[in-house]
Formats: sequence, C-alpha cells, structure tokens
Amino acid sequence: MSTAVISQDDIVDVRDRADVRRQIKLVVVFAIIAALLLWFALDINDPTIKYLLGARTKDNTGSEINGQNVAWGGLVVVLVWMVLAALNKIPRGVWGVVAGITVGIAFFGGFIAWQYADQTGAGNFVFANPMPGTIKLATPLIFGALAGCMCERAGVINIAIEGQFLTAAFFASVFSSAFFSAEMGLVGGILAGVGMAALLAVFAMRYHVNQVVLGVVLIALATGLTSFLLSQIPNDLKEYLNEPLILAPIEIPGLSSIPIVGPALFNQTLLVYLMYISVGLVSFLLFQTRWGLRVRSVGEHPKAADTVGIRVNRIRWQAVLFGGVFAGLGGAYFTVGSTGSFDNNASAGNGFIALAAVIMGRWHPVYASLSALFFGFVWTLQTQLSFLGKIPPELLRASPYLATIIAVAGFVGRVRPPAADGEPYVKS
Amino acid sequence: MSDEKTPAPKPGAGKADEKPVEARSARPGASWLPSVTTTLVAVAMALVIGALLIVFSSRDVLETMPYIFSYPQDFFREAGSAIWSSYAALVHGSVGSPGAIGTTLVRSAPLICAGLGVTLAFRAGLFNIGAQGQLLVGALAAGYVGFSWDLPPGIHLLVALVAGIAGGAFWGAIAGVLKARTGAHEVITTIMLNYLGGALLLYALSKNAFQRPNSDNTLSPPPNSSATFPEIGNFHLGVIVAFLAAILVWWILDRSKLGFELRAVGANADASRTAGMNVANVYTAAMVIAGGLAGLAATMGVLGHQDSLSPTMAGTIGFDAITVALLGRATPLGTVLAGLLFGALSVGGVAMQASAASTPKELTEVLQALIVLFVAAPALVQGIARMKKVDDGSAVMAKGWGS
Repeated sequence: MSTAVISQDDIVDVRDRADVRRQIKLVVVFAIIAALLLWFALDINDPTIKYLLGARTKDNTGSEINGQNVAWGGLVVVLVWMVLAALNKIPRGVWGVVAGITVGIAFFGGFIAWQYADQTGAGNFVFANPMPGTIKLATPLIFGALAGCMCERAGVINIAIEGQFLTAAFFASVFSSAFFSAEMGLVGGILAGVGMAALLAVFAMRYHVNQVVLGVVLIALATGLTSFLLSQIPNDLKEYLNEPLILAPIEIPGLSSIPIVGPALFNQTLLVYLMYISVGLVSFLLFQTRWGLRVRSVGEHPKAADTVGIRVNRIRWQAVLFGGVFAGLGGAYFTVGSTGSFDNNASAGNGFIALAAVIMGRWHPVYASLSALFFGFVWTLQTQLSFLGKIPPELLRASPYLATIIAVAGFVGRVRPPAADGEPYVKS
Repeated sequence: MSDEKTPAPKPGAGKADEKPVEARSARPGASWLPSVTTTLVAVAMALVIGALLIVFSSRDVLETMPYIFSYPQDFFREAGSAIWSSYAALVHGSVGSPGAIGTTLVRSAPLICAGLGVTLAFRAGLFNIGAQGQLLVGALAAGYVGFSWDLPPGIHLLVALVAGIAGGAFWGAIAGVLKARTGAHEVITTIMLNYLGGALLLYALSKNAFQRPNSDNTLSPPPNSSATFPEIGNFHLGVIVAFLAAILVWWILDRSKLGFELRAVGANADASRTAGMNVANVYTAAMVIAGGLAGLAATMGVLGHQDSLSPTMAGTIGFDAITVALLGRATPLGTVLAGLLFGALSVGGVAMQASAASTPKELTEVLQALIVLFVAAPALVQGIARMKKVDDGSAVMAKGWGS
C-alpha cells in the first residue's frame, strides 16, 4: 500500500478550471434544450404542419410534415450531444461549433414544429422560409457592423453608426427623389455616410475629442439635423425632396432558382448584393492585403506602426472614410432600400444594434455580420410567430433583445477590442 | 534644496506633455477660468451656426434671396430680425419669467437625475447607454405604486419614490451583474435592456392591473394625488430632490470609499484588482446606483406632473442624459449645469417655434449637439478664438471599450 510506485490509476487528469466550467455549461445548456424539446414533443396533439420554403405560387401552397417526429428527432440529436458533452468528448474549435450548430438547428426545428402544430381557428398558417426576411432585416445591420469594424480596427471608436444611418437615410431619400433614381439614392447615402465619417475623423484625430463622447454627440447632431432639415422641406417640394424611388428586387438568373436559399439570397435588391460583396471585400482588405495589415497595426499598436514608417493618422483617416461608405449604404436601406420617404428617426435604433453586432462579433467583419444575421433571424421569426399566439406577443417582441443578451452573456463573454481603440495618436 | 532640481509645475499652466486625465481634479487656483471661457466660446460658436440655420429656415429671409444682389440690405434686415426674434424667444421662453424658470427647472430635473446616473457609471469606466430602459422600468414601478396602492399622502409619495428608484436600480443591476459575472459588454446589454424595458412597459400596459379603465389606449391611470410631489406654482419639489441627488452623487464620488473605488476602477481596472478591490462588485454597485438615479428621473415625470404610463412617456430623456453627462464632463456639478442648459434649451425651443420667425424647435437639438461637440474639442475652440492653449483634459474616463 505504501509503496512509492504510482500506478496508472493514480494519475489524476488535472484539468483547467475554465475547461471544467465549459463542460458543465455545455451539459446544462444541452439538458435545458433537451427538456424543452421533450415538452414540445409531448405538447403536440395534431402534428401535421405545413411549410413552404420557396415562393408562394398558385400550385405551390406548401408541403406537410409530421411535427412530432421533428421534435423527437431533435431531442435525440440533442441528447447525443449532451452525452458527448458529459463525457467531455466535445473538444473546442470545429467540433464545438458543429455541436452548437446542430443543437441549434434541432432546437429550432422542434420549436417551430411546436409553434405551428395544433392550429385552431380560421388562419391555417404555413411556416414560411425565414431566410428572405432575415437577409432583408440584417442588411443595414451588416453594413453598419462593417463600418464599425473598419473604424475600430484602425483604432477609432465609432459609436455614431446610428448617426451615420440617419443622415444617410435622409440624403438617400433626397437624392433619389431629386434625381428620380433609386441608385442615385445610394450615392446620396454614401456621400452622407462619408461626410459623417469625415466629421468623426476630424474631431477624433485633429482635435482629439474623446471618441465615446464624439459618437454620442454625432448621433445627437444627426438626429437634430435630419429632423430640422425634414421640417424645412415645404409641402410643395416634398415630391422632389422626400418621395424617393425604391430599389426594385433584381433576380439573378440561375442562382435564384436554387431551391430554398436561391430566392432568399438572389432575388433581392442591389443593396443586398452590395452587402454580400462588402462583407467579402472588407474581410479581404483587412486580412489579406498590406493596407489591411497597416489598418490593424495602427489599431493595435500605433507607435510600433509609426516606427516602421506607417503614417498612423493617414491610415486611420482612410479606414474611417472607407467605413463611412458602408454606413452610408446601410443608412440608405431605411429609405430607398425599404419603406421610401424619410421620417424622423428612420433608423429606429438599428445603428445601436449594429454596434452591438460589432462587439458581439469581436471586431471581425465576418463574425459581426453573422451576429447581425442572427439578430435579423430572430427578428423575422418573431414577426412570423406573432400570428400564432402560442407565446404572448409582448414576449415575442422582446425576444431579439433577450436572445442577444443571452448570447452575449452566455456564449460571447469578455471580448477584447483592438488595443489602441479610442486612443488618439500623437507623434512624439 | 531638492526642490530646485525638479521645477515645481506652474499652477494652471498645464504643460502639454502632462497627461491631463488624472491631473485635473487637483488643479489649483483660478485655472478653471480658461475652461469656463472655452465653454462660453463653444456656446457662442454653436449659437453662430444656429443663427445660420435660422436664417435659412426663415421664409421671410428666403423671399429676399432672389434679389439679394440688388437689395442686400433687405436680406440682412430680415436675417437680423429672424435671428433676433428666435433667440429672444429662446431666452425669454426659458428664463424670461418666474413661470418660465419654473418650467425650465421642471424640465431639467429628469435630465439632471438620469445624467447623474450616466456620470456615475462613466467614472467607473462603464458606458451606460441604458438610462432610457432604467427610466422606463423605474416609471413602471413608481407609477404602479402611485395609482394602485392606497396610502396616506406623504408616505405614499415616499413609497412610490423608493419604488421608482428600486425599479431603475433593478434594471441597472442586470447590466452590472452581467458585466461583473460574465464580462458581457455593458454597451450591448444596456442597449438591449433599453428595448426590453420598453417591451416590459408595453406588456404591463396590456394587463388589466396597469390599464386605465374604459380605455383602449396603452395608457395607465394617472398616479393618485397623494403620491405626487407638492407643487409651488408650476414648480414641484421633485426638482429639489434632483439637486439633493446631485449633492449625494458628489458625496459618493468625492468623499466615500465606494466613490474612491469607482474612480480607481474607472482609471485602471487591472491596477485596482491588484490593489485588492473587488472590481466585479464595484461594477455592480455602479450600475445599481446609476439605474437608481435613472429611476429617480422617471419619478420626476410620473410623480411630478402625474404623467400616466405610456410607451412614449420617457421621450428621449435617457439618451439626452448621456449628452448631458458628457457636457458636464462626468462631474456632478457639470451635469447639473448641463442639465439646466438642456432643459432651458428645450423649453425655449417651444417658445422659439411660436415666435415670429417660427424657427423649428428641432434647432435646439442641433444647438445642444453642437455645444457638446465644441466643448469636447477645446483645441478647435481655442484655435478659432485665438485663445491661449490650455490643456484641458476631459474627465470622462471611458476612453475606450475597456475590459
């Protein structure tokens, strides 16, 4: 017994506490989801649900599926992952992501099945593809998030996305009305977005204004200025100044006939296509080009960048103005991209949500865009579900915000901004 | 004589190479004078830009534009009279009479309270965008106690006041606890909590307990008169409470142990942690107090002039509060002064719209933003006014996104 020989059984696997905590969290979360799925499956009486993933046509009014099976299937998937998590067989990285995605889909399927099953009354609602709505609602958020990423990667805090949105929405409407062209509206939006970005840049870099203060002020200025200008448009000039043409959806032949995702992704307005390109462009520029390396370096360690001959403030100016282009396009969505004429507070707080997406996406254009998509998805879903009446509409209305808080507090946690974010650089 | 080797810093001279952020509070003597001048010049510059906007928003002035080159004097006369009548109405409407002053004070009170909340959080390095949501929840609590409970006058007011503060504090605490426990960024959580506060209010108003009887509007009954602040003319005692809150915040920040910890964490969270402070608790405490102050701001409306609960009851007070706190440089006194200025501008704006030039009241929003912008950019103001450069750092701690 008292021999000093250590047998194989005595070696205790000492694990990092954070790792243990992660395992416990995974098991608990999966268990909660499994319990919910069980409840969904048991609660369904009439399992037939109708769904429609393509566009609604005369001869395509939807297909039917057994909702109870969906819920049970989801439950099995989640239970498998839960067991794996309990055995600590889900490593970090790719497998963790796969686990998260499959569990998410399983939960989503069961939830939707539960929502759409047991329909009584006149309205026999068909589950429609949430993807088109998601893309639509996420478009301005993604543009805003890209603007935020551009600025903040270069070390300039941009809280003023909402302000850029507002001015861009206003001028997009004015340009579109004045030139009778929705595309000119986009140009107007870009000009306004870049203009606001220039204000941000000049005060942040030339006058060293605290950038948090600056962002808030620019939002206030944009709110005041746009509502002032709006009140200045006389009634007889409204049609030339605030009755914009709206971008029409453009169908991309071929791609738009891909089932399910085709119409959602490739039968959209020009603005949405620009959004796809922008996400790729920003990621490419930031991570694959020399200029992007410089942008990131002035955002992380401007002094080091300066030492090797990079002109810090020039790069920052470029990044902020370039970001303004996206903010402008995002703002244009609120007038020429969707509803038409500009109204006070047209962007309705979307700039703040874009800001949240930037932080949630850890200042990475792709992750920030995914965060924005997530938000757009929950938003679309809550509009669809609000007709069903299984969940109180007030709770549904709150769900996108609640989901964001849960996502941020539960899964994103502490984030690390670019090291020199918000610090003006003074050459010494 | 070791003093000769290290020359004593000249009081107030403010060398450019000094980091001004921390040095500010210990500035001696009359060095505040240049900063006051800078502020006044900033206000003047904002007014000049505002004057330009007035000129081009006035119908009378625009009518002289087609013949401006043949009769320029017409243009200048009309422009002058438009500017004069607008600004005269602005001043007269806000501070021109005892009644106007009362209205201004009443309008300023919620801005001051909510602004103090933002200020306090700022000093702890937290960027509290959530005053709006905290205010709504505070209003919900205060309003509910106000119209549904039956208590003797005075006590009822006190209970409703406490309920309002507690409601706001609870909403602030959520953001604080999330930040402290999970590191969730307070900017995200407070933005989302603003929306959730609005949704909660809507939800409550859809219930019978909150709904005004025999009404289809999303509107609650007004609070009982036993739960309202005593009024003197058009001025209610809530304003005094707001000023007392400012003194309390000053005491907390400058004199208490908690305040010291708040400022230390705001200046450098890592160093504070090393020094043995419980940073998580400090964050939570800061958000609780900040939320409580926003809740107090809500009582100014609900218990001040018996506002019913409605989805639009808070207006934009919670967002204006951020601007107020920033203009006040995150100090209690500054916040009070900024709140008074903003209150005066918003009261005066209504009078301005009714004036001969009928300048839209939205102009005051532009003025507010410009004032804050110029005050925050002393280098610009001093450059334009050819003043002696004074390195006048901002007291706002939130330099970046923090940890």
